[in-house]
Amino acid sequence: MSTHYFDHVATTPLREEALEAMLPYLKEDFGNPLSQYEAGARAKAAIEEAREKVASLIGVRPSGIIFTASGAESNNFAIRGAALARQDKGTHIVVSKVEHHSILNPARFLEKSGFVVSYLPVDEHGLVDPEVLRKSITDETVLVSIIHASPEVGTIEPIKELAAVAKERGVLFHTDAVASAGNIMVDVGELGVDLMSLSAHQFGGPKGAAALYVKEGMRIVPLIYGGIQESGRRAGTENVPAIVGMGRAAELAASEVADNAKRLTKMRDRLIEGILKVPNVHLTGHRTKRLPGHASFVVEFIEGEAMLLMLAAKGIYVASGSACSSKALKASPVLLSMGVSASLAQGSVVFTMGGESTDEDVDYAIEEFPKVITRLREISPYAGGWGGQEESG
Amino acid sequence: MYSEKVMDHFMNPRNVGEIENPDGVGEEGNPTCGDVMRISIKVEGDRIVDAKFKTFGCGAAIAVSSMITEMVKGKTLDEALSISKQNIADELGGLPAQKLHCSVLGSDALRMAIEDYRSRQKK
Ligand code: FES
Repeated sequence: MSTHYFDHVATTPLREEALEAMLPYLKEDFGNPLSQYEAGARAKAAIEEAREKVASLIGVRPSGIIFTASGAESNNFAIRGAALARQDKGTHIVVSKVEHHSILNPARFLEKSGFVVSYLPVDEHGLVDPEVLRKSITDETVLVSIIHASPEVGTIEPIKELAAVAKERGVLFHTDAVASAGNIMVDVGELGVDLMSLSAHQFGGPKGAAALYVKEGMRIVPLIYGGIQESGRRAGTENVPAIVGMGRAAELAASEVADNAKRLTKMRDRLIEGILKVPNVHLTGHRTKRLPGHASFVVEFIEGEAMLLMLAAKGIYVASGSACSSKALKASPVLLSMGVSASLAQGSVVFTMGGESTDEDVDYAIEEFPKVITRLREISPYAGGWGGQEESG
Repeated sequence: MYSEKVMDHFMNPRNVGEIENPDGVGEEGNPTCGDVMRISIKVEGDRIVDAKFKTFGCGAAIAVSSMITEMVKGKTLDEALSISKQNIADELGGLPAQKLHCSVLGSDALRMAIEDYRSRQKK
């Protein structure tokens, strides 16, 4: 059976070039970057080279990059580290309702330690309104964090406008760019943000390497205390091979992102058009302000996990934000906050493509998807309509 | 994540549909995730001779529906009522812990179908 991977938002395949770059550091070049002899110096140099490449992917100076182990760590670090460093100035932070758990949960942690958190609503496309942000900022506000692009619905937020609002009020701005960095052009200077999270395995790098960009001269409280790695801001022996792989993947992404985005946008639009031919299927997120390889839907009358399994049996790998496919068995907060009913949110299905995706993948998905929907609707008691059930959600 | 048996009953569910002129119908919603299972039965004497289902739910819920409608055919009403969520899960070669509630949906929908049949008989 041929396989068609449409789950790049979960993770992307490791680029061959990244693997090649990593191998020496998994074998003979195993030195600890802190060691004072040759092997240590080589490892240290490799990390610094990777830092330059990651920095140049987002248009910053290398000294602004702190390597971490995951996007979640970067997000936790940004929220806790920036808020705690400024708590003498105020104890209010602002996030949106469509943030990743790794933003929302540290925000809740801060609430328990005495901070006040505002959760900004979004419109039906998942967009945050800069005017709503403006109204939420008080004299107590020390940090705003808004996701750059939603992994669940693909919507790209107006970060430039949002960050400008925060700047007017002298408030720090963080963006979670885990789903966007490496997949669309991301330029810190242009966006005007002070902090940014990114993760290697979202753009062809290995798992276990990620970064937080922190503006020059900004104080941040570490998450992990210990040695002097990462200038004392993130202790722990560096994951040298993964960082090297991240650097190489960042270098490739920087040179390919424009072409890839163009190609993937075409494929995405064709996929959306094809999928929307099935009756009672709706696009989620914004039609055009969305990630190039991202097509997400809600399908009426059926449930997402069942869809995911049946598509997987055909070699099509997708994601779903349905309650049944989540470990917590809860409807997706992102879809609910966009005004999607709980029953409709059950039919969530998310297709995400990346660099190695092909037109054939799209053809195959467009051909097989309707069959799966028809099959599952035959099993559904709602095939003829919701019968008033949908409003109850 | 699922056993082979679950996948088989999910991919090739038995007894999908609705019985025409059923003797009893039970519909149960899942309070955890909002899903719905509807079971209709045909009864002769004291025995269930046919059972069909329609389900809006996850892979486990569909496999459970398929399995329970298979299990009850030929059983007396009391025998059918004694089928527990654990019996269904066992027949399916086990269910992941967070999917056990989907088998409750099955036994509840069946119980309601049987109750529906019994209340119709009283009239
Ligand atoms: S029906 Fe929702 S988890 Fe099984």
